[in-house]
Amino acid sequence: MTDRKPFQEKRAMQNGRPAGTTDWVGSITERGTHMQDYYGRNIVKEPTWSPEIPVYFFTGGLAGASAVLHGIARLSGNHTLARRSMAIGAVADVLNPMLLIKDLGRPERFLHMLRMFKVTSPMSVGSWILFAQSGSAITASLLEWLDVLKPLKVAGEVVSFVAGPPLATYTGALVANTAIPVWSEARDELPWLFASSAAASAGAAAAVFTPTEAAGPARRTAIAGVVAELGLTQVMERKLGFVGEVYKQGEAGKFNKITKACTIAGAGVLALGGRKSRAAAVAGGALVLAGEMALRWSVFKAGFQSARDPRYTVIPQKQRKEARRGN
Amino acid sequence: MTSLAGPTQTYGAEAKPRMGFFTDTTICIGCKACEVACKEWNLIPEDGLLWTGESYDNTSHLGAETWRHVAFVEQRKPLRLEGETATVETDAAVQPEPLRWLMESDVCKHCTHAGCLDVCPTGALFRTEFGTVVVQEDICNGCGYCVPACPFGVIDKRDLPRSPDDAPLALPIFGKKEDGRVWKCTLCYDRLKGGHEPACAKSCPTDSIQFGELDELRERAEKRLAKLEAEGWNGAQLYGHDQNDGVGGFGAFFLLLDEPEVYGLPPDPVVPTAHLPKLWKQTALAATAMFVGVAAAFIGGRE
Repeated sequence: MTDRKPFQEKRAMQNGRPAGTTDWVGSITERGTHMQDYYGRNIVKEPTWSPEIPVYFFTGGLAGASAVLHGIARLSGNHTLARRSMAIGAVADVLNPMLLIKDLGRPERFLHMLRMFKVTSPMSVGSWILFAQSGSAITASLLEWLDVLKPLKVAGEVVSFVAGPPLATYTGALVANTAIPVWSEARDELPWLFASSAAASAGAAAAVFTPTEAAGPARRTAIAGVVAELGLTQVMERKLGFVGEVYKQGEAGKFNKITKACTIAGAGVLALGGRKSRAAAVAGGALVLAGEMALRWSVFKAGFQSARDPRYTVIPQKQRKEARRGN
Repeated sequence: MTSLAGPTQTYGAEAKPRMGFFTDTTICIGCKACEVACKEWNLIPEDGLLWTGESYDNTSHLGAETWRHVAFVEQRKPLRLEGETATVETDAAVQPEPLRWLMESDVCKHCTHAGCLDVCPTGALFRTEFGTVVVQEDICNGCGYCVPACPFGVIDKRDLPRSPDDAPLALPIFGKKEDGRVWKCTLCYDRLKGGHEPACAKSCPTDSIQFGELDELRERAEKRLAKLEAEGWNGAQLYGHDQNDGVGGFGAFFLLLDEPEVYGLPPDPVVPTAHLPKLWKQTALAATAMFVGVAAAFIGGRE
């Protein structure tokens, strides 16, 4: 037995305080009602997801949006951009299932994900989307490289194109469909936020790897994605109110700052120098990619911080209950 | 409740009456016989022996290794609104303060609309013919989605014991883990199948944990509450009894003596999938918007 640290102690350490101590036993809420709790312990559980998951949110978004960029580039006759986006998407799609399988408690049972299709489970729906999207994108990409079986390649491109946007957005639904306050209360924004972030990632990655004379649409996609994302973050944080304060604290806050700095700087560099200079395109694209990875980490960590503190669970629920009683 | 929330009965002629628990915390004496009986019957691993300093509660919360958890709350509040009450003298010069000690044996709520069951992608979590919610150990692949989907924080992933073979750099498919699945109360599905009551209810010396047909338990609880109210007990209230609440009522509900959050329970739990139809709509709109947005980026040419 390598790790026999008592379970509670482990859990308490995760909760950021040593077992048996309480930081506070009650607090005054915004509305002035006294809230009581049980020794400061969390009510909803923190997710058990490992760091593979936020990385997958990033690579999944990258793969999904790259398929869209690739498809539209192909249709518009920009084959240089189409091929680069296709390759970026294929690499991300190779990583996607690996990351998800690695996170499972029983990786050898990964095929159990395809035992059934459940519309009530975004993870079930997402598994099928990923299965279709990554399978078709990788196949199409291989066939293009081998230059054989053109009709099958086109079929693969069509499937990956259609399944791309759902792959980029379902992860937003996945985290919003939980009892974690900061995720659940942002259910109107998270799919949009993840869509913007995915578009920005795909645009930025394509801008890095495509010659500037063919990369215009990629740069504009990256910049538009960043602008949309910045707006959505503001809307989300405002709507969340005090539940959203985790985005200003701890690790979520740190990643949030990195996101803003990198995406704004990256989009700026792309907008100003990306058209003329390949070096600027590479630098700007890399900054946006770093920012988008940080965004996924910020959302991920915010969920843990939100679960950890019972105030975020109790106060909105008490307010809801009181409002109902008032009617 | 939405059409997406899980069905409660799909067994047709094989369906049994819905079984559940009524946990009357007013007569709990905090003996923890339920915790012990549960651990023994269900062969739950040891999870650390630790003094928390939190009254007599050294178990702290429900989880993969704890399917019954007795909460202890020490309060400077009177047990009854009028009449005799226990007191504590903090200082000889001041009036003695009222004192009460609340105990509550917590358990999986076996919700009518269960978040864990709804989000389980493998079908490992299912609803039994008794209307209870159970994990199939041979199906669960440890994705962990049910853990944050439970509004009560009941279900959790078992990490211990770790195998020494669990090498950090092992390939994902071959990396051996002894467990890694999720676990929670089964309402003793095996005992129910054999016509026995769950281990916790069987072991409870005061009948604080009452097992039976849910409809009958609900009636019994209402009568009990009326009696306590007539006797002037402070804060007596049913929790999870209302079938119109956010989870459609609990299969295991409680009679409490204070607000739910005092015992570490959410005051107004809602199954996450209640919002899912709208959430899917937002997701589809966002996906469509992404198509349109990327297409728009192609206006203005290749450069």
